[in-house]
Amino acid sequence: MNDLETIRRISGVNPRRCMKCGKCTASCPAYDQMEYHPHQFVDMVETGHIDELLHSKGIYTCLSCFACVERCPRSVEPAKLIEAVRVVFLRRVGEEHLHPEAVAALADPEIPQQAVTSAFRKYRK
Amino acid sequence: MQRIGVFVCWCGSNIAATVDVEQVSRALGKEPGVVFSTNYQYMCSQAGQDLIANTIRDYALTGVVICSCSPRMHEATFRKTCSRAGLNPYMVEIANIREQCSWIHKEKATATEKAIILGRAAIAKVQLNAPLVAGTSPVKKRALVIGGGIAGIQTALDIAEAGFDVDIVEKKPTIGGKMTQIDKTFPTLDCAACILTPKMVDAAQNEKIHIYAYSEIEKISGFVGNFRVTIRKKARYVDEAKCTGCGLCTEKCPQKKVPNEFNLGLDTRRAIYIPFAQAVPKLATIDANYCTMLKTGKCGVCSKVCTAGAIDYKQKDTFVEEEYGAIVAATGFEPIKLDKYDEFAYSQSPDVVTSLEFERLMNAAGPTGGVLLRPSDKTHPKTIVFVQCVGSRCADGRGKSYCSKICCMYTAKHAMLCREKYPDTDVYVFYIDVRTPGKNFDEFYRRAVEEYGVHYVKGMVGKVVPQDGKLKVQASDLLGGRQLHIDADMVVLAAAIEPDKSARPLATMLTASMDTNDFFTEAHPKLRPVESPTAGIFLSGTCQGPKDIPETVAQASAAAAKVIGLLAKDSLTCNPCTAQPDEQMCNGCSSCEKVCPYGAITYADKEFRGPNRTTLVRRVAQVNPAVCQGCGACTVACPSGAMDLKGFSNAQILAEVDAICR
Repeated sequence: MNDLETIRRISGVNPRRCMKCGKCTASCPAYDQMEYHPHQFVDMVETGHIDELLHSKGIYTCLSCFACVERCPRSVEPAKLIEAVRVVFLRRVGEEHLHPEAVAALADPEIPQQAVTSAFRKYRK
Repeated sequence: MQRIGVFVCWCGSNIAATVDVEQVSRALGKEPGVVFSTNYQYMCSQAGQDLIANTIRDYALTGVVICSCSPRMHEATFRKTCSRAGLNPYMVEIANIREQCSWIHKEKATATEKAIILGRAAIAKVQLNAPLVAGTSPVKKRALVIGGGIAGIQTALDIAEAGFDVDIVEKKPTIGGKMTQIDKTFPTLDCAACILTPKMVDAAQNEKIHIYAYSEIEKISGFVGNFRVTIRKKARYVDEAKCTGCGLCTEKCPQKKVPNEFNLGLDTRRAIYIPFAQAVPKLATIDANYCTMLKTGKCGVCSKVCTAGAIDYKQKDTFVEEEYGAIVAATGFEPIKLDKYDEFAYSQSPDVVTSLEFERLMNAAGPTGGVLLRPSDKTHPKTIVFVQCVGSRCADGRGKSYCSKICCMYTAKHAMLCREKYPDTDVYVFYIDVRTPGKNFDEFYRRAVEEYGVHYVKGMVGKVVPQDGKLKVQASDLLGGRQLHIDADMVVLAAAIEPDKSARPLATMLTASMDTNDFFTEAHPKLRPVESPTAGIFLSGTCQGPKDIPETVAQASAAAAKVIGLLAKDSLTCNPCTAQPDEQMCNGCSSCEKVCPYGAITYADKEFRGPNRTTLVRRVAQVNPAVCQGCGACTVACPSGAMDLKGFSNAQILAEVDAICR
């Protein structure tokens, strides 16, 4: 199963239901921090342009406030889509999102040691 | 044994491409009783019909089987053909080898086999057919129009024009409907009242039209040509014969705090009121929910000031029973409630209004005298945001799945009128799509943009937050790739429209079908758009689906034409395929009476001859053939097998099943 299908399956979102009204984007409180916006997420999944989306920083600025899910007149649920994109990205094997050399720089006395270990296990695949 | 002729139609290539018609006609030719069997390219054509008629004569046929399209399509055609050739039309059976065979199968062998089986079943049925003679029933030459809006008024005027009596039943104190509340009408911007009120007066003055205002339908029975309707005339507590409509009582009534429904609650009226100056009939009505006299018995001011002595606190609802040949539903629409759309702050700020409320605020006869003022502080709004599709095209369970059709145009009108009257206002319209099909409609919308400078933004409003006397609007501009933040003074919501709440119970009384949105269903979505599938029931205006005024008026006249076509007949041919009880077998259980949706079955005590010259009285079912529609519910419900449907008897249906299973 490719990434696109995985995103559609685990989110349960059918992007074809979208009528491109933009109410999700109008509702989004994190609009200014995103390079792609909720209605664009849906469109990119619909048209298969997910590489840009997978590597976008914007998917982590989504607060999962679910305003877009709540207000979408077509029940498309864009926030669920974004969560699926994040999961797909993190589950990729061989991407090595966290290099051992980078850990020292990120280490902060405030962060518990376990969190660093956990992140390292999770993101270094 | 019948002498049966079989006619297999090719329907061009519709049937012949998937069914081996030659093989079908050969196989069916060998069935018992079949004396002639053939196939032909178009059996419904003149040549095809002549072939059938000539064969009936030449072979002295007593039964005909036609293997062709659905009986819905051409059963009537072929019955007429046989009738012309001297054969009883009910000796014809259709085997549907198109819709139920050739169109749904791909493989020729299986389709051909099925066509033969379907033909065989029809032949088995014809063996048991008996000639039937259709009776007639008279037509009451009077029509009933339910709903007195522009649709109902137009239908009534057109029926009256043709010389037939017509009654309008309107539940509100005045006719006129929603159009009375509208300021101007697109695309020509003529004033709604100026074009509507003359029609209201025409209806009132037409001697063929009787208006039952402030009345509701209580009960409907009967059938096409012979409906019997009970109308409840609600108590106005004002004598209609005496009231002159002077309006003095409405000025003196001390109960001033009644929300004025004509202005959608934007101002108040008295407990005794005339909805508006041009009301027809122009009569005062006491609102029993607010009248102090009716509630506590202490007041009586209106009765003291009324010089005509028209006030009657003891008035009761009265009932009128009338007979009609045809009934027209014209129950209209209501905008939906917006309580589920709180992101637009409709319930939080008085400055967020629906489009119909905005209509009242712009109307010269409205609560502000036509001066556009914010409801909260009565100041001129400088920035107005219009939001389209509020509750329309919704698949989320909050609104309606359909497009309400009229909002794009009235919003363009509102935006244009704002800019025209108050050029210093900034007007934004947020749209998903702008839908303006219609004569001069798109030009109208473009004028709003190009000449009046209305800002049309492709996108939706996400939320509206009332803050410091402003309405903070957060919206998307999809084409500009921006999120917009507008400090608006007013927000106008184009609420979806839905059928009036009275439509559903009315449909039940009429046994007329409705769709899942409570719009009346038409007999055919393209070819019979103003008739209900229930005979004698016609549809006018928005009760059938969202439509604007020009379309409503066109449909209203179309419905009137259909009513006139019915009322012009002196009698109607009944369907002879009606239920018939076998009185010897009937055990008087009433099962059939309970399931009959048309009230066609009654019970009577009858004398039967018993053994040894005795007589016994038994209670048995009786069917009124003029009322029976031949649905067959009673034949299924009858536990003793006493009820049979003529033309579709139990024996005939079992013979078909046997033929299929052979």
